[in-house]
Amino acid sequence: MEYRGIAAAPGYALGKVSLLQQREIAVTKRSLSPWEIPAEMTRLETEAAQAIGEITAIREVARQKLGDEEAEIFTAQILALEDPEYIGGIAEKIRQEAINAEAAVQAVTEQFLALFAEIDNEYIRERGADLRDVSQRLLRRLLGISTELPADKTETVILVAHDLAPSDTAQLDRDKVAGFATDVGGRTSHSAIMARSMGIPAVVGLENVVAAVKPGDFAIIDGDIGLVLINPPEDLIRHYQAKKMQADARRQEYEKLIGVPSVTQDGCRVELVANIGNVEDAKVALANGAEGVGLFRTEFLYMGRNELPNEEEQFAVYKKVALLFGRERPVVIRSLDIGGDKELPCLAMARELNPFLGHRAIRLCLDQTALFKTQLRAILRASAYGNIKLMYPMIATLEELRDANRLLEEGRRELRRENIAFNPAMEVGIMVEIPAVAVMADQFAREVDFFSIGTNDLIQYTMAADRMNEKVAYLYQPFNPAVLRLIQGVITAGHRAGKWVGMCGEMAGEAAAVPLLLGMGLDEFSMSAGAILQARAMIRRLNRKEAGCIATAALEMASAAEIKQYVEQEVCLNIES
Amino acid sequence: MIARQVVINNRSGLHARPAAVFVQNAGKFKSAITIKHQEKTINGKSILSVLAGGLSCGAAIELLVDGEDEQAAADALMQLFAAGLGE
Repeated sequence: MEYRGIAAAPGYALGKVSLLQQREIAVTKRSLSPWEIPAEMTRLETEAAQAIGEITAIREVARQKLGDEEAEIFTAQILALEDPEYIGGIAEKIRQEAINAEAAVQAVTEQFLALFAEIDNEYIRERGADLRDVSQRLLRRLLGISTELPADKTETVILVAHDLAPSDTAQLDRDKVAGFATDVGGRTSHSAIMARSMGIPAVVGLENVVAAVKPGDFAIIDGDIGLVLINPPEDLIRHYQAKKMQADARRQEYEKLIGVPSVTQDGCRVELVANIGNVEDAKVALANGAEGVGLFRTEFLYMGRNELPNEEEQFAVYKKVALLFGRERPVVIRSLDIGGDKELPCLAMARELNPFLGHRAIRLCLDQTALFKTQLRAILRASAYGNIKLMYPMIATLEELRDANRLLEEGRRELRRENIAFNPAMEVGIMVEIPAVAVMADQFAREVDFFSIGTNDLIQYTMAADRMNEKVAYLYQPFNPAVLRLIQGVITAGHRAGKWVGMCGEMAGEAAAVPLLLGMGLDEFSMSAGAILQARAMIRRLNRKEAGCIATAALEMASAAEIKQYVEQEVCLNIES
Repeated sequence: MIARQVVINNRSGLHARPAAVFVQNAGKFKSAITIKHQEKTINGKSILSVLAGGLSCGAAIELLVDGEDEQAAADALMQLFAAGLGE
């Protein structure tokens, strides 16, 4: 049987099912005589205090396994047990209605859960899971039910449960639990976030997996695509065993490269950095050995909300990422790249016939200067806390670059006047994604500190092909000689002016493209975090001079197919020799 | 009684962590601390009430502080909001 759910944490796990029995705790309502009430109140107080003790211990475990930030959700749980409206409400109910503590806990919890269910903010609504976690713990204590997880087995298991409370997940032992599957939960639930940081493959939101398995069944978890297989045929088991072994071996090999410089055989150092979209990505990037951030997309700050983010909010996020990477490692923040296909409810945007050629990114920002200035000020302020660089997207002309820089200078002047710290030497560069800029790169190179080549759009604009359109997707060719010549021109122009050149499109992380780009002289490769260690392994086996010869030969070829085949063949020869 | 207007700045709204920071600090003062949002009146010392208030980013709230240490409490809590509630 196979079940599809939400891929909550990547990786594969195989093993026997251990079913977490979560029988509903049966609560019977009992009326109390007036003289029983004081004892019942004491019982509530004692057990709440004991529960606080338990959660405090779990918080310590979480702090060690997951870090301070994840541990803080247990602070919220402890506060719930000291909450005047919650514990106070329960006590009030015992007193006024003369009922037992268990019944009062259940009634007051239900009231709050009903309130939570109505919240339209998904992130906060999910916090109902924390309240359920706390109330179950309190009830188990009151009823004297043990709260042990069944993870004290000797063999590793696949844990299957209706739901895993955050406190359950935090206590999972990585050596005993190979993976987990649950009926409920979403990607943003605390359990999913914790599974990702612990590296336990997990699939959630399976709806009815608990009903479908027995303890001892064999299960496979594919956390990459959100698939759970129960008692699969022998050949599938072998398939996944092989996949897992490969993945494990590769990971072990790659993990040795965390913190190792990205240097070629002939001693040439490049920077392998990450593309990120939020603070969580930044942490994942660090865990994957990123030497910095080559593209920090800021769109998430603006999406899914009705008001624009203000300066303070943006500053807090940028500063957080800057601090994570420290004074040395660079963090390139891209100013807002929105419009056309990406709509924002907080910005009235007209529908366009041809959004990719329309009023977007820097064009929109130079039109809505208040919005742009707010972001520029926030980025400048964050530059006081780390090695932040600023990059404008979709620049087409020098006038746009100068206009943007003028607003940036206004921001600097204001901050100086207000006595607010920023880095006056913060590097400012542009994304090269419009062919016009690639052609004129020598002119731009005088007025920027760096170039970052955005290949996703550069290829699509050069080839006049929308890669989302299946019928013309074949024209989306990173190895097309026209594209490569543009890239080479940008790198050469940058270097002539003494400026560094990076790439933040998907091409930078493609195994076949890395040697070619290295040979063309690229200084910085920015890619999704998961691709970094693989690219580093490759860079460390390559020789820049030889890669240079390969690139020179490739640039003389006539078609994408020819180039790709040539590069792959040469690289195989080089790496093996 | 002191009344102050605040707009919630935290990206995911007043979710578990910032709500915990707020409630912990509110609990340090003797004054009654109330958050008014639209029709709702929320006890600022109750983590569950604050969470159940569902205060999303951009929510405009009124902070009411009433008691002997109201000035100190209002100042401290406003400072906390300005600092993003620890986020």
